[in-house]
Amino acid sequence: MTNVKQKLVSIVYNINWGNTLSAAMPVVLGYLPIGFAYGVLAINAGLSIFQTVLMSIIVYAGSAQLIAVSLFAQAIHPLSIIATTFIVNLRHMLMSAALAPHMRDWKSYQVILFSFELTDESFGVHSLRFDRGENQPKSTILINFICQSAWVLGSLLGAVAGNLIQDVRPFALDYALPAMFIALLILQIKNRKHLIIALISAGLSLILWQLGATQWHVIIATIIAATLGAGVETWLKQPS
Amino acid sequence: MAETTLLITLAGMALVTYLPRLIPAWVLRDKQLPVFVIAWLRYVPVSVLAALLLPSLLIEGESINFSASNLYLWAAIPAGLVAWKKKSLFGTVIIGMLVVAIVRWIIR
Repeated sequence: MTNVKQKLVSIVYNINWGNTLSAAMPVVLGYLPIGFAYGVLAINAGLSIFQTVLMSIIVYAGSAQLIAVSLFAQAIHPLSIIATTFIVNLRHMLMSAALAPHMRDWKSYQVILFSFELTDESFGVHSLRFDRGENQPKSTILINFICQSAWVLGSLLGAVAGNLIQDVRPFALDYALPAMFIALLILQIKNRKHLIIALISAGLSLILWQLGATQWHVIIATIIAATLGAGVETWLKQPS
Repeated sequence: MAETTLLITLAGMALVTYLPRLIPAWVLRDKQLPVFVIAWLRYVPVSVLAALLLPSLLIEGESINFSASNLYLWAAIPAGLVAWKKKSLFGTVIIGMLVVAIVRWIIR
């Protein structure tokens, strides 16, 4: 028992709380309102409070949960809901792969825990942190845990308020995610090559969506744009 | 949908969400990757965030709204400026939401 206590104390002391909280804060700020919006929509789609919160705990994927709620409301077949979730969340493979080299020295259980809470937003935050060499597993996992807690709390509050609220737009809750993508993208752009690849990927994504690839546009655009970026970079570095 | 069916559906969703998050990190973390693959992985963040962003600004329901009436697009300007000048994720989210809320309040 004392051993466990000592271990906990040493973990608490070894974490840079200032860094951890300031990394998690923007995501928390975005997740509370979006989680709330999800909770409201889920209750209005006929889910119970328990089911609404359970989805936020075990699935934990913002856009997929919002899509799933609208499918539940339309009484779509469960297998179709699961398949849609799979396709919508496949993009996380690319993110998981992109962060993999930074987890070389991590323990297996740390990778298992970390991956469970890998979202678009936590990916954005961690890819910035990892680039600065801040890839300590404990604070990284703690940041994820704080972010998911905010998501679960927002869902719970939304579910409880669900019957009272039909419209989340007056509070601009719906703009938290786009605003977060704006910030995460701009913070990633460090040179002209990045900017050009970002523009190409954004344009491709929109065109693909317009062409009807409404579930695949993000993944396909990312693969093409990243291949282009890596191709140009490798080609430029080759001795002539 | 029956209670049990719904819970099984949620469990299925959890599984198909988790595996794509876990497997690449699990398989690739202790591999020495070719130079091209490393370069490719470095372009993933910019590419995926850009591919997520533009549709989230332009798509309203079932169609693309690329016009002056798109509030999301206008609000992206102050939000983008905050991100660029202040390098602040927190500030960007606050300013973006504030602009959208205020404009909606004025023109409701």
